[in-house]
Amino acid sequence: MTHRESRVLRIRSLARVEGEGALHLRLRDDQVDQARLQIYEPPRFFEAFLRGRSYTEPPDITSRVCGICPVAYQMSACRAVEDACGVIVDGQLAALRRLLYCGEWIESQTLHIYLLHAPDFLGADSAIDLARTWRTDVERGLRLKQAGNAVMELLGGRAIHPVNIRLGGFYRTPAASELRPLVERLRRARDDAEQTVQWVAGFDFPDAGCDYELLALAEPGTYAIESGNPTAMSAPSTAGLPADSDRALPTRTFGVREFGDHVVETQLPHSTALNSLLDGHRHLTGSLARYAISGQWLSPIALQAAQDAGLGDPRQGAVCRNPFRSIIVRAVEVLYAVDEALRIIDTYEPPPRPYLDVPPRAATGHGATEAPRGLLYHRYTLGAHGTVTDANLVPPTAQNQGAIEEDLRRLVQEHLGSGEPTDAELTNLCEKAIRNHDPCISCSTHFLKLTIERS
Amino acid sequence: MTADTDRPAGRPKLAVWKFASCDGCQLTLLDCEDELLGIADKLQISYFLEASSAPGPGPYDLSLVEGSVTTQQDIERIRHIREVSRRLVTIGACATAGGVQALRNYADVAEFRAAVYARPDYIQTLETSTPISAHVPVDFELRGCPIDRGQLIEVITAYLVGRAPDVPEHSVCFECKRRGTVCVIVAHGTPCLGPVTHAGCGALCPAYGRGCYGCFGPSNSTNFPAFIPLLRRDGMNTLDVVRVLRTYNTAAPEFEAASRKELRG
Repeated sequence: MTHRESRVLRIRSLARVEGEGALHLRLRDDQVDQARLQIYEPPRFFEAFLRGRSYTEPPDITSRVCGICPVAYQMSACRAVEDACGVIVDGQLAALRRLLYCGEWIESQTLHIYLLHAPDFLGADSAIDLARTWRTDVERGLRLKQAGNAVMELLGGRAIHPVNIRLGGFYRTPAASELRPLVERLRRARDDAEQTVQWVAGFDFPDAGCDYELLALAEPGTYAIESGNPTAMSAPSTAGLPADSDRALPTRTFGVREFGDHVVETQLPHSTALNSLLDGHRHLTGSLARYAISGQWLSPIALQAAQDAGLGDPRQGAVCRNPFRSIIVRAVEVLYAVDEALRIIDTYEPPPRPYLDVPPRAATGHGATEAPRGLLYHRYTLGAHGTVTDANLVPPTAQNQGAIEEDLRRLVQEHLGSGEPTDAELTNLCEKAIRNHDPCISCSTHFLKLTIERS
Repeated sequence: MTADTDRPAGRPKLAVWKFASCDGCQLTLLDCEDELLGIADKLQISYFLEASSAPGPGPYDLSLVEGSVTTQQDIERIRHIREVSRRLVTIGACATAGGVQALRNYADVAEFRAAVYARPDYIQTLETSTPISAHVPVDFELRGCPIDRGQLIEVITAYLVGRAPDVPEHSVCFECKRRGTVCVIVAHGTPCLGPVTHAGCGALCPAYGRGCYGCFGPSNSTNFPAFIPLLRRDGMNTLDVVRVLRTYNTAAPEFEAASRKELRG
């Protein structure tokens, strides 16, 4: 067939992603007409039923948005409500929150690396399939993941929807001696994490880039996780650079309270799509963005591993814009999170009280933290007695949707130009490209996207 | 779940299905780090979209179902799943009681749609969020938001050897006693749903100095007329009582009846 007519490619059920979604791609005369990530997770209306709840409830309730990153929801919710109430949680309580968050990063990023993403690079359908030929590696992944769960279980009571988090801190804080058993386990995990970076660095990666703004929190002096200000790095084309450029570009920072002024949900003409744009541009959050914005603050062991893995030195302005290589950046982040958890435990002293009092007041509060898959923003408005009157949650996958679709459009276009790929090949390619961004579709349902098919 | 007499030859096929939910309960299966590869030796994990891109064809010997039913298509899908499943086990509060999204059951869903979506007319959803058992017969219901990893392994193991799972239905109080946790109600006057909540979590919240918030739903022995006055004694008003009953298991019949009674006064 030398001339291709209109052709529609559908992946009806995306596998190895969190939540349920589909992809709709329309090709016309060898041109990609449309790439549409369709999210068919049924809506659950969190923002609607949060209204009328007590201001103490969003951390527990919103953790149920996502079983894969509940700590991220709890932390963004706490920060937003505490902001409304004028309370700042710092010192050892903030350190414990960061430790808990490190646990989630270790668990969730390792889950993605080993169970969801690595099978793509090694020609397997699943981690269980992978374990037939790569058993030692899969076992290392499970062990590393378990170390992250151990941190969450000790501090939070359980790994999924932890129970020990409240406004102002924790219900109960551990004695230093209670944290000590984690140390041996985390030291082993650090070895496993180093080997993980080496393992994934050996995969074959297609050439690719991303010409988007990169958005992540920045907290000078540390790799931002549970606090910081949103910071955006310009897209390479604005500096005349190709999409796969590995050079850092100028950044701009704004306050968390201004998030809604910069990241705006827009509705596109001829479709019902809600897309988040950052100051009018497509943007990407997540590992690639964090590495670009905060990479210079990684610990020495993580910096060394990144350089050995071919990512360059972020202190010298190296960034990674190849979404396929995000698996390496994730592995470096896991290594950092393990190292950081060990550092926090080493310097831990129990705070005088497990939590600060957070008295309610009528105000609007904003909170943002770095979920494993990217920046997660919450905003709550409280009435005088602490009743929530308005709630807004902006998850990372919703922000990334435009970038993911653009990746798909460009990738498929390139492949159409270089041969006659079958539907199966294109489907496979698209699934991989989607998993590069570790989309969490459970979180993104309120960005449900339906497009009218035009013939 | 009763003992199986017609057990399949060879490795039984496991399927994991998702409805409206957060993915946390099916993640619990992947959180069985020590057991996962062993389970995969005994059971063929045939359909598990979150973990595998090669879904196998039915019928399935054991289907684990996460999530609640909130769309017309999902009503049809759960019927199909029932038809192709020898045993069907719901995992978690959404599948067993409708989940936190069942809070819509008390509201005007059209207003909810308008509050969240720019184009509410494109959102198709039912007026209610309902448990799987409202639509098809269920062989066993595993409680929890999220489910407990040990209980999940128990259900799978029990299935493999053809016996009923050992999942006690008593209240969280029993687990507190077994754990040796000092009662937070008696010692600190902390409101706690433990006396009316189904065991299974290992009494986590009281162990962290917090009152139980009922994420495993009602136990087999709830006595709300005696229990609600205890919550009031410990400082809860009507709104607090309604809120604490209306969370992850809000549509469980016992919690629902108690919260409605509170509102009627």
